[in-house]
Amino acid sequence: MSIRAQLMMVMALDKCLGCHTCSITCKQAWTNRDGAEYMWFNNVETKPGTGYPRRWEDQERWRGGWMLDGKGRLALRAGGRVKKLTTIFGNPDMPLIDDYYEPWTYDYANLIDAPAGPGTPVVTPRSRLTGKPMDLTWGPNWEDDLAGTLAPDDPALSGVEDEVLLRYEQVFMFYVPRICNHCVNPSCVASCPSGAMYKREEDGIVLVDQDKCRGWRFCVSGCPYKKVYFNHLSGKAEKCIFCYPVTENGRPTVCSETCVGRIRAVGVVLYDLDTVAAAAQTTRASDLVEAQRELLLDPHDACVAAAAERDGVPHEWIAAARRSPVLALAKELRVALPLHPEYRTLPMVWYVPPLSPVLDTLTAAGYDTEDPDEVFPTVGDLRVPLRYVANMLAAGDPAPVQESLRRLLAMRIVKRRRQLGEGSPAAVASEGGMGLDDVERLYRLLALSPYDERYVIPKARREHAGAGQAHHGDDTLGGRGRG
Amino acid sequence: MNAQHAWQVAAFVILPYVALTVFVVGHVWRYRFDRFGWTSRSSQLYERRLLLIGAPLFHYGTLLAILGHATGLLVPKSWTTALGVPESAYSAFSKVAGTTAAVLVVIGLAVLTVRRARSDRVRAATSRIDWLAIGLLWAMIGLGVGVTVGYNVLGPGYDYRETVSLWMRGIFTLSPSVSDISAAPWIFQVHATMAWLFLALFPFTRFVHFWSAPVWYLTRPFVLYRRRRGEVVLSPGESRGWRTFGRSSAGPRL
Repeated sequence: MSIRAQLMMVMALDKCLGCHTCSITCKQAWTNRDGAEYMWFNNVETKPGTGYPRRWEDQERWRGGWMLDGKGRLALRAGGRVKKLTTIFGNPDMPLIDDYYEPWTYDYANLIDAPAGPGTPVVTPRSRLTGKPMDLTWGPNWEDDLAGTLAPDDPALSGVEDEVLLRYEQVFMFYVPRICNHCVNPSCVASCPSGAMYKREEDGIVLVDQDKCRGWRFCVSGCPYKKVYFNHLSGKAEKCIFCYPVTENGRPTVCSETCVGRIRAVGVVLYDLDTVAAAAQTTRASDLVEAQRELLLDPHDACVAAAAERDGVPHEWIAAARRSPVLALAKELRVALPLHPEYRTLPMVWYVPPLSPVLDTLTAAGYDTEDPDEVFPTVGDLRVPLRYVANMLAAGDPAPVQESLRRLLAMRIVKRRRQLGEGSPAAVASEGGMGLDDVERLYRLLALSPYDERYVIPKARREHAGAGQAHHGDDTLGGRGRG
Repeated sequence: MNAQHAWQVAAFVILPYVALTVFVVGHVWRYRFDRFGWTSRSSQLYERRLLLIGAPLFHYGTLLAILGHATGLLVPKSWTTALGVPESAYSAFSKVAGTTAAVLVVIGLAVLTVRRARSDRVRAATSRIDWLAIGLLWAMIGLGVGVTVGYNVLGPGYDYRETVSLWMRGIFTLSPSVSDISAAPWIFQVHATMAWLFLALFPFTRFVHFWSAPVWYLTRPFVLYRRRRGEVVLSPGESRGWRTFGRSSAGPRL
């Protein structure tokens, strides 16, 4: 056993209203700079949709993340070490800026400098790359709310009956905010030839050492979520830093802090470094979610706590893991699921799947969504939204999504019955596989979401910050590693 | 010994030592004070198609050319003779390898230069020192191709290992022989001079990424872990390490 602590986030998709406050505040904090104009450490995508960068989920094209080789061992999808070094002069899998969008500004000076004339002066868009006028044909969040019906181009729709999907009464839509997943098995770190990327031992945050990055760009293509970006002016990679200057002080990330819908929970989980490889190498796709759940350890277990203490996890961090909202949602209450577990990077940002597409479909089909006898049997029959969400959050296996949705439904019906004093709440809770205390806990985390219960973040311990305090970059790379 | 002209001493003795000094000191300075700027400054994000053709050709050709120069200039003729390599075989091999390298480098560099000049995005991200380096690279490579193809393949042939190589090794043993290099045809002399100028410019260009060839990636563990440091973190511009060569320390251009 070798226990590590990790900061993890869970987002409840039903509560996301698609306001993009997270994206904007993140941008103002971190990527409001030249060379970073096109970067969104946090972005919100409308699903179904092609996403940012376009079709990022199409790993046949971008070849990000891990796969199992012929012998069932973990291998980078883009190829091994030799392949990387021989293609280092031109990365074959790297997106073009147009796959994100060409950043632009406006010639604001024209408002003041335009000569007197009959019309009102206007500003026209100018490329931030060339300074020349440009036509806007694509940009950030261009397909918001299914605009332009690019949905059929969504890679996650493969295997879903798409002719049915876009029929009016079948249309569904939800938002997915995305940040770096700070994976336990990060393929970006594994892809970096320079060894500039690393995972912090204390909190699992994945960072790029700007002094060591040489701009080989394999992290950009190696990340299947396309959450490492290339600063085209500095020639270095940049990514979400989980707002570590803030989380080190025990406060939530900017995207979490400013989330209007309170959809995000941030907390500590413990995992065993020695079981990471086995979890990532799970053979069957339908076992991936469970394997990744099992990776998260129970901090109430005395053996786990003792091992964590022994391996240098501070006492407050173990205590925080016991109050962890993310562990509750992901493992104890089994409602949160990892984004694309089939990429095998063991992501540490999980999602509570959205119930609204399912309820909308049921309502459209004439069901009473408050009646458990009508709702529960039909959840499994709702192939279209269910298969789609399963492609996103469960490697195509509808069972974990169904389980999660049944629990969310049960919670709603139980709370309604208690409010109105009708029926037997306990029977409904057990339809979702829960007891009444589980329902209350779920309700408290998802519906009330008190600030200091949805964010349980211990401060970083300064005295654990290492002995070599003078220089940046004099550490021993490759010393502590896992191959 | 022939009388040495002042310009010969300047070009074949002073220039090499000045260039080598700038080369070494420049690298130390750059690594210490501009590690943030130590990158290939890739422009692949702007343009992909031509880069994927030109860059591998140019880089593989360059590596071959560097190997060829190291062999031809640094390995004494007596060594290859002692190894039993006949002069004719050596010369034939060097012609084939040299021509291959020349073709790869010239096509690659041509594609990359056209790309840099024609693509608005790439051109906008090109600094003056990049253009200077490209110009010098073309001058050096053009003359080098003239040496290999024009002189040794199509022309009369010239055994540079009897003159140029002796002078070259003399520089490293602190006894450069001006008369040896002076005896070589002018095209060799100018090619060598361009190379010294190029070496002097090298530490201040994106070419420093040559030293970062990540060969140890072959053996290191895939996932790296680091402990958090307790140092005071300075903002960009405050720390010397954040100063980027060719750009003001205050902030980015554009």
